[in-house]
Amino acid sequence: MSVSRHSPARSVAAHAVLITYTLIALFPVFVIVINAFKSRKAIFAHPLALPNAETLDWVGFKTVLKQGDFFQYFLNSMTVTVGSLFFVLLFGAMAAFALSEYRFKANTMVGLYLALGIMIPIRLGTVAILQLMVASGLVNTLTSLVLVYTAQGLPLAVFILSEFMRQVSDDLKNAGRIDGLSEYRIFFRLVLPLIRPAMATVAVFTMIPIWNDLWFPLILAPAESTKTITLGSQVFIGQFVTDWNAVLAALSLAILPVLVLYLIFSRQLIRGITAGAVK
Amino acid sequence: MSDRKPFRWHILVFLAPAVLVYTAIMIIPLFATLNLSLFTKVDRVSQFNGLGNFRTLFGDPRWSASFWNALGNNTWFFIVHMLVQNPIGILLAAILSNPRLRGAAFYRTAIFIPTILSFVVVGFVWKLMLSPIWGVAPDLLNAVGLKSLFAPWLGKEAYALTTLALISVWQFVGIPMMLIYAALLSIPEEVIEAAEMDGVTGASQFWKIKLPLILPSIGIISILTFVGNFNAFDLIYSAQGALAGPNFATDILGTFLYRTFFGFQLQLGDQNMGATIATAMFFIILIGVCIYLFAIQTRLRRYQF
Repeated sequence: MSVSRHSPARSVAAHAVLITYTLIALFPVFVIVINAFKSRKAIFAHPLALPNAETLDWVGFKTVLKQGDFFQYFLNSMTVTVGSLFFVLLFGAMAAFALSEYRFKANTMVGLYLALGIMIPIRLGTVAILQLMVASGLVNTLTSLVLVYTAQGLPLAVFILSEFMRQVSDDLKNAGRIDGLSEYRIFFRLVLPLIRPAMATVAVFTMIPIWNDLWFPLILAPAESTKTITLGSQVFIGQFVTDWNAVLAALSLAILPVLVLYLIFSRQLIRGITAGAVK
Repeated sequence: MSDRKPFRWHILVFLAPAVLVYTAIMIIPLFATLNLSLFTKVDRVSQFNGLGNFRTLFGDPRWSASFWNALGNNTWFFIVHMLVQNPIGILLAAILSNPRLRGAAFYRTAIFIPTILSFVVVGFVWKLMLSPIWGVAPDLLNAVGLKSLFAPWLGKEAYALTTLALISVWQFVGIPMMLIYAALLSIPEEVIEAAEMDGVTGASQFWKIKLPLILPSIGIISILTFVGNFNAFDLIYSAQGALAGPNFATDILGTFLYRTFFGFQLQLGDQNMGATIATAMFFIILIGVCIYLFAIQTRLRRYQF
């Protein structure tokens, strides 16, 4: 073992870099959230101070909760994200398994065909998608969003998952075959549990753009009952630009639920990534 | 061996759902849209126009100035990401992957937080942070004695685009970090131990042993960055609006497409010119991806452990 691998100076430097970057990453979010709880005067006089008894003011949240139906928006976003995620992971893993496991004539072709979607933003087809949704009566439904996001998420999911599936030991699968397992059972019982870490990673990368998307909710489902939280807060903030209390409160309301969700979910993700790496 | 087998239905079953959804919702509408770029509307009647729309887009001064401006801005947007986002992501991942590091889970979780926020939130948060009215940014610069450096960056033509690119970097650094981190962790301990036996440690271990092993992952994040940047839209739209101000200084292909497609202020939306811009974007992205697939990926050696 060499000295440099655990010299204190290196470790201090490592922590210094990480702490600096963590501050850069969290500081803006922190400033927004603390100011959401302050009175207008305090927001401008001492933007970096924590709210205290004197400056604490809930007026921003009151305005927001009176105006927008944020709970409904949040539920809509959850429904769309969870629904799309389920289909992307299931269909994506199935296709990735077929492409990485079997040799058949059209394998490369199908692989390339699906990979096309990684490079082509689905947005470029928006007008025709809108026509399709109008024709099938799906405009202003959450189903239309789930369909679009499933199609959007699949290519990358197939691409990443088949990379991981190639690493699953052939011996294991062949042992399953010798024991008389069908191909479906091999997939669901042997392969899926083994690539769970990869699925967690894909889930995060699929989920983020879906949750954050502004474009398709705006075009396919702008009705009040189907607005997602992203669209809801964009419209809301746009209306209240000069009311700093309301804007800061709306931003905090958009940030906090996601943050809580992420903190719960990230344990899974990190355990997943580490488990996948240790194997 | 596979030739002797009967038709393997399970392959079809595994592939069908993904291929069907993908074809119906993505590929068919995409080609329908590309097809629109070949038509033009004369007195509300659709007419075949061949490549006429493209001649207008690239050559007609009313369109081409905006197009080349958006393309140039988009290229700069991408360069900033490649030069700032990916190196920072790799550096952070390299530090985090040290097994002796304490609190790695905390750092990972914290640094990934901006990535989970929506563009709407990020756009407004930074608009407020950099606002000269509120004064958080000037106060901070004042604290380190650099107040003279402050400018309303988002409002200045010279700085706005770079500022937005850096905001986007701030938001997305977590993605290269996580991908590289996972790649670094998957390097087997034996390889690292062998390197240590040979006295290769610390920084030289990173450059000589680990970096070559994670090159495929770096290739992947580069192409993901490229595709992401060339269809970016939301951040610019949230922070600067559809007009991508000041004076179109932050106009990229996504916002240009949006304005053309749906119209803005007095200009009416033009489906066919919108489709033409979408087609141009399609080919730009296609060229980038082909360069990656044929020039870069095939040259990277894949190591299997």
